[in-house]
Amino acid sequence: MLQAVRKLLDNKETITDVLSPFPVHGLDETLSIKRSRIPVGGFIFGALGAILAFGFQAWVFTVSYPLIIGGKPFFSIPTFIPITFEVTVLFAGLSMVTAFLIRSRLKPDISFKPLDERITDDRFVILVDTADKELTLNRVKSLLSGIHTLEIR
Amino acid sequence: MLQSPLRTPLIEGKKTYGSITSDILNPMMNKAGKFWYLGMTIAGFAMLFGVFMIFWTVWQGIGTWGENRTVGWAFEITTFVWWIGIGHAGTFISAILLLFRQKWRNSINRSAEAMTIFAVICAALFPLIHLGRPLLTFFIFPYPNTRGLWVNFNSPLVWDVFAISTYFTISLVFWYVGLIPDIGTLRDKISKGLKKNIYNFLSFGWKGSARDWHRHEITSIMLAAIATPLVLSVHSIVSMDFASSIVPGWHTTIFPPYFVAGAIFSGFAMVQTLLIITRKAMGLEAYITESHVENMNKILIATGSIVALAYMTEMFMAWYSGVEYEHYAFMNRATGPYWWAYMIMIGCNVVSSQLLWIKKLRKSLVFTFFLSIVINIGMWFERFVIIVTSLHRDYLTSSWTMYKPTIVEFGLLIGTLGIFFTAFLLFIRIFPVISIFEVKSIMKTGDQHQYETESSHEK
Repeated sequence: MLQAVRKLLDNKETITDVLSPFPVHGLDETLSIKRSRIPVGGFIFGALGAILAFGFQAWVFTVSYPLIIGGKPFFSIPTFIPITFEVTVLFAGLSMVTAFLIRSRLKPDISFKPLDERITDDRFVILVDTADKELTLNRVKSLLSGIHTLEIR
Repeated sequence: MLQSPLRTPLIEGKKTYGSITSDILNPMMNKAGKFWYLGMTIAGFAMLFGVFMIFWTVWQGIGTWGENRTVGWAFEITTFVWWIGIGHAGTFISAILLLFRQKWRNSINRSAEAMTIFAVICAALFPLIHLGRPLLTFFIFPYPNTRGLWVNFNSPLVWDVFAISTYFTISLVFWYVGLIPDIGTLRDKISKGLKKNIYNFLSFGWKGSARDWHRHEITSIMLAAIATPLVLSVHSIVSMDFASSIVPGWHTTIFPPYFVAGAIFSGFAMVQTLLIITRKAMGLEAYITESHVENMNKILIATGSIVALAYMTEMFMAWYSGVEYEHYAFMNRATGPYWWAYMIMIGCNVVSSQLLWIKKLRKSLVFTFFLSIVINIGMWFERFVIIVTSLHRDYLTSSWTMYKPTIVEFGLLIGTLGIFFTAFLLFIRIFPVISIFEVKSIMKTGDQHQYETESSHEK
């Protein structure tokens, strides 16, 4: 499959997408897919979570309702750390999953129809952009004649 | 690609991508066997019993339990810590082994993650009913109220609320992100009807595009990266519920690593129990192989030895510290009225897990199954020993007393086992028990047969 993708790309065909039943390693580089920025979003939201959690606890214990507990100082940084950490992880995790769903346009959709029902089983599909259908079809056919293909349409 | 002659393949037999799909999906698409119905019936009755006991506790009050003013925490907190610990192995398999690129985990991670989620649900029930008035649970969350009060952020019990709710949310999300492509496979395998619509809804319109796979992989690996410190933090915080007190036997700095190792130890034992049943019942012997069981047994030896080391360190420190209260607490643990619980703990956790050094036993499924149940019992008793023996005799000799559980408390334990197994049995009928796409991605693509089925078509 990778072979077919490389051959098509070498001959200046535009591949819009490749559909596969599992992640194919090496495909990202071949299709020159840019590395996703999801981790960056996760970091930003994680940092936001950390600031919010720490700030809130500090505000509660120094401004809103200072309370002496076991003779400890009001602003006791070490005891704020566990909750700060948990909230950071929660914000980072949820933001990354949300970003993934939005960027891949995944949402509960009952009317969704897959291109081919065998893609999630054992078939690989290469989608080629066509300006002129007849011409591209013939070109692709001749290019892939040496490679085991099932169907070109 | 060449098939290495040196490394044994992770899945057995000559498989094609298509046969993997049908191997994993067929057992769940076909009618359930009579063992499934039998299991469901037993688990269902256990669950009903537990639900009744929860109702009874809430209706009558905590006086129906064996707790008294000296031993204020006993059976329920033991079971709570036990369930949380079991959950940890799921995250260990799905997150830590993913980060270490241990590819053998791909056929067991889905069920282990499911186990985590159900175990955390069971665990979370206990603090809730332990409050005595579960309707007032919202008091433990910091919400603006007319009294102007907030929760005590200095308290490990409040940390626990945050830790466990974060842990549950992240585990659930991680599990579901992994499920999306496989639900897509299910959707495409079912031809029509209500079932197809439901799976279509749940699959979020997954189409298997290269860009989606790229984001899916990055999201999964990043979730694994944050879940790893999370899982370590959760049990550390649970251990601080004890360690930050001044009760001799609880007040030790060794608790966080000791609890984390114990959690992974007991969790892997539960994974073994579940997987040995599942592979047999669903006919998945080619995917969950003997080498999976052996690998997990090796983790059991490692974590079991850490736990043994922790027991010895505790004993040593009790003597070496020169604190007579500490000294008494540990002597009382081993030789006092609860000596039998201590012996069960040592026997089930330390002695039995060391037997796994023998290769023949490590590879035996029957032995592993038996051992996994023994370890689960042992780990329950570990928490019982820590909690009850430390509390029942501390500084004030006038309040020394004994603790005896009641039938209600046993009912709660049986009930959560019922909830756990009901949920797991439903899970293996609803979702693929093995991650289909991850197994496909670790398949050896060397032989000719495989090459011929691999194909592409254009549009």
